[in-house]
Amino acid sequence: MSKYEAVIGLEVHVQVKTGSKMFCSCPNSYGEGPNTMVCPVCMGYPGVMPVANKEAIRRTIIAGLMCSCEIPKYSKFDRKSYFYPDMPKNYQISQYDLPFCLKGKIHISGKGFSGNELPNKDIGITRIHLEEDVAKSTHFPGASGIDFNRAGVPLMEIVSEPEMKSADEAYAYLTSLKQIMQYAGISDCDMEKGQMRCDVNISIMPCGADTFGTKVELKNLNSFRAVHRSIEYEISRQEDAVENGIKICQETRGWNDDQGETYLMRSKENAHDYRYFPEPDLMPIEFTNEDIEKFGKEIPELPEAKRERFVAKFGLTPYDAHVLTLEKSYADYFEEGIKHTNTPKLLANWIISELLRELAASNTSINECGISPKNLGAMIELINNDTISGKIAKTVFSEMFTSGKAPEEIVEEKGLVQVTDESAIESFVEQAIRENQTQVEQYKSGNNPKVLQFFVGQVMKLSKGKANPQTVVKLLQKNLGSI
Amino acid sequence: MITPDALKKLDLASASELLEKREISSVGLCEAYLARTNEVDGNVKAFLNIDRENILSQAAESDKRRLEGKELSPYDGIPIAIKDCISVSGQPCTCASKILENFKSPYDSTVVKRLKEKGLVIFGRTNMDEFAMGSSCENSAYMKTANPWDLSRVPGGSSGGSAASVAASEVPVSLGSDTGGSIRQPAAFCGVTGLKPTYGRVSRYGLVAFASSLDQIGPIGHSVLDTAAILDIIGGHDPLDSTSLPEESGTFADAVRKSSGGNLKGVKIGIPKEYFNIDAIEPGVKAVMEESVNILQALGAETIEISLPHTEYAIAVYYIIATAEASANLARFDGIRYGVRPSDASDLNSLYFKMRGHGFGKEVKRRIILGTYVLSSGYYDAYYLRGQKVRTLIRNDFMNAFQKCDIIFAPATPSAAFKFGEKSDPLQMYLADIFTIAVNLAGTCAISLPAGIDKATSMPVGMQFIAPPLGEHKMLSVSKIFEENRGIKAFIPSL
Ligand SMILES: [Zn+2]
Repeated sequence: MSKYEAVIGLEVHVQVKTGSKMFCSCPNSYGEGPNTMVCPVCMGYPGVMPVANKEAIRRTIIAGLMCSCEIPKYSKFDRKSYFYPDMPKNYQISQYDLPFCLKGKIHISGKGFSGNELPNKDIGITRIHLEEDVAKSTHFPGASGIDFNRAGVPLMEIVSEPEMKSADEAYAYLTSLKQIMQYAGISDCDMEKGQMRCDVNISIMPCGADTFGTKVELKNLNSFRAVHRSIEYEISRQEDAVENGIKICQETRGWNDDQGETYLMRSKENAHDYRYFPEPDLMPIEFTNEDIEKFGKEIPELPEAKRERFVAKFGLTPYDAHVLTLEKSYADYFEEGIKHTNTPKLLANWIISELLRELAASNTSINECGISPKNLGAMIELINNDTISGKIAKTVFSEMFTSGKAPEEIVEEKGLVQVTDESAIESFVEQAIRENQTQVEQYKSGNNPKVLQFFVGQVMKLSKGKANPQTVVKLLQKNLGSI
Repeated sequence: MITPDALKKLDLASASELLEKREISSVGLCEAYLARTNEVDGNVKAFLNIDRENILSQAAESDKRRLEGKELSPYDGIPIAIKDCISVSGQPCTCASKILENFKSPYDSTVVKRLKEKGLVIFGRTNMDEFAMGSSCENSAYMKTANPWDLSRVPGGSSGGSAASVAASEVPVSLGSDTGGSIRQPAAFCGVTGLKPTYGRVSRYGLVAFASSLDQIGPIGHSVLDTAAILDIIGGHDPLDSTSLPEESGTFADAVRKSSGGNLKGVKIGIPKEYFNIDAIEPGVKAVMEESVNILQALGAETIEISLPHTEYAIAVYYIIATAEASANLARFDGIRYGVRPSDASDLNSLYFKMRGHGFGKEVKRRIILGTYVLSSGYYDAYYLRGQKVRTLIRNDFMNAFQKCDIIFAPATPSAAFKFGEKSDPLQMYLADIFTIAVNLAGTCAISLPAGIDKATSMPVGMQFIAPPLGEHKMLSVSKIFEENRGIKAFIPSL
């Protein structure tokens, strides 16, 4: 046990998925050519004015409600001033003292990232506010380029209370937060695309102390894994420092993922004075009780509720339900699929054991998957009505995965329809018995199930897998017994 | 054709009549104004930029529309000058600053879009104090505009070019912007009429912001009717300006026409005692004000003394709030996205220092520094926050006064136009706006009208009517009646 405990708070930025940017009508889209999604407003041209995106505000309120936040009736935007080339106006329209959401929480529990059990607890959320994203700078040798496509994209900042004590807790908090955002369609939270970004505030103090140590801010964390690693690194760095009598300085440190180390970016002396003041170009935003109630009705089902429903309504195991709700896209796939089959449990099995494995192996997302939920449901129905065997289904499944074709089409094309006609199967059974006299003797001497299994295999081979297994067993037992 | 003499007396309403009767074409009218500009603007220097070809092609379009018998607005084909801080697509928009030298705006401001929709001809960009910071046009980085009544005197500011261009009959009407008196003060100095609408009445989209919570675009013209007609066009809600009010525009000129020939019986006019106890007010101005009060009373108005007790704080509060907002508004001029970048900048900080250090003039830098200071941590509460509280008190002063009267009467300026270089101390210059600044802080509307001539300088003297927020109809009607009954009917410089 360490002599110290860590105090960790997270500041998470999440891009809000909207049709247009926060204060202009440019499309909010990723991956376009540099500086193609811009206009005088998001380029900060002289004379332009912002118009707040109502959809972004609505989604922020819903995010807040999903994190059990209070929604103040009166909010406003403020200007946050600092000079940087990625900021078109050299001030950012943000929210200072009256954000849209206050005092929320996120629940964490279960197994942590490193395998240890997490404490079952709530992590407080101080506030969620809405602001505009800045442009993206790229540095080349001797020059820098700025792409303003990202400038003005709606961006939520979610600030937690300093209530996490380990890298595992931070990881679990982020996972939960991401799940909520994805569930409500607020953001795709793709860290690689910069849709979710995380800064960590971290300090250590002797166990049981009630005053926090000096906090250090960690930046440049490009994955949940990097958050986890940097926290572990930073805790041990700070512990070593304190043990060796070195004072921890209030500073901002970057994370070098290759070296697995944090490094000094800037010290507190260079801290900004942002000179916040109310944005005079935008009116304050007021909500009535009815508005907030209306937002409340738009909250989608949360993962926890979904899990319970999957178990109760579809008879899934808690494990199945857990896996299927890890991502909203999994749950959506499952719910779409059960419209096309009567055996949800079997569908869940196929998704969990086959589909997710194939997706991981081919590094594709479930949304880009060749097998539509409808086709997977249809395939399961083909099993259920004995058109194909479970074994043939695997062949059909891989064909569906690569070609995207409907299962009926594949079965038809490849002649994979199961043989249920007893006389056809009987001729295979007779052939198998004829050609395997040694095993017939073994069967007669002990009626050994292993031997029966051997015969089933032989018949299936002869029928090229198309014989109905139940019929095969029935006929084998009859024919072998009569010898 | 129109004679030079007739042109000097031409206002918007009579130009409209000439065009409708086809006594003149838009091209003919614009050519006459271009000739006048050619003749006088070398001395007046109202215009930073005039694109002759562009003006004549707009005019030709208008004539074509008229020939085709299309239904036209009454003002189709009439030229209007635009202050250089209001965006016109494809035209320079320098705000009279070096930092925007050669900058061309890529879009139309809402007001310009609306003027174009009504067929008006966008005629040149008028000089101003740099970024609208000043009261004399002496802060322009390019040139000093002169007062058409006396070329050794300033035209006022910041919309000095807009006021001088109308006074010198280079255009019948112009647009200015008013943050603390920047329409009304130059209008008074140049003997023309300047209207500052209620905050939110006119869209600010496309107006390069000085102080966003105070700025308002408004017209300058030869008459009350002309300013009302332009407000009809440019006013009304704009979804691109979130602070614009829902009220529709379009009935102001009608209200003015209806009031013609009327009197002021039943109108209560408040006279703020604080405005007449100010030392800075010159005897010539005081005399014209007394004369004006007599006229108002003779027209049947009831004049009552009112109090605006927080008047003495208005200038201080203004220079806190306006500079705070300006410090952020002007931060975007960094040479990154537009503007001519200094070639010798070695790194980011040197780019900022060189660009802004060389690009901004002295007064602009003074105000950016002041604004940055009042927003800084540790000073915010004492200055900005306190300033906002006093602003509320000033606004309440006006609201309380309007419980007692319909309209407030006040001087527009403490003196007539002063000479170039006369007010070298910035604080002394700030006092030139003492009667206009509180109106912007209160967010209400006001108009400045020529009322008489200062005996000492032979320069025009302006008075103001101030009305409650959205009280333009009444204010314009009262103004029209005063205009018809004032001692001097037409204010035309001999230039
Ligand atoms: Zn844009």
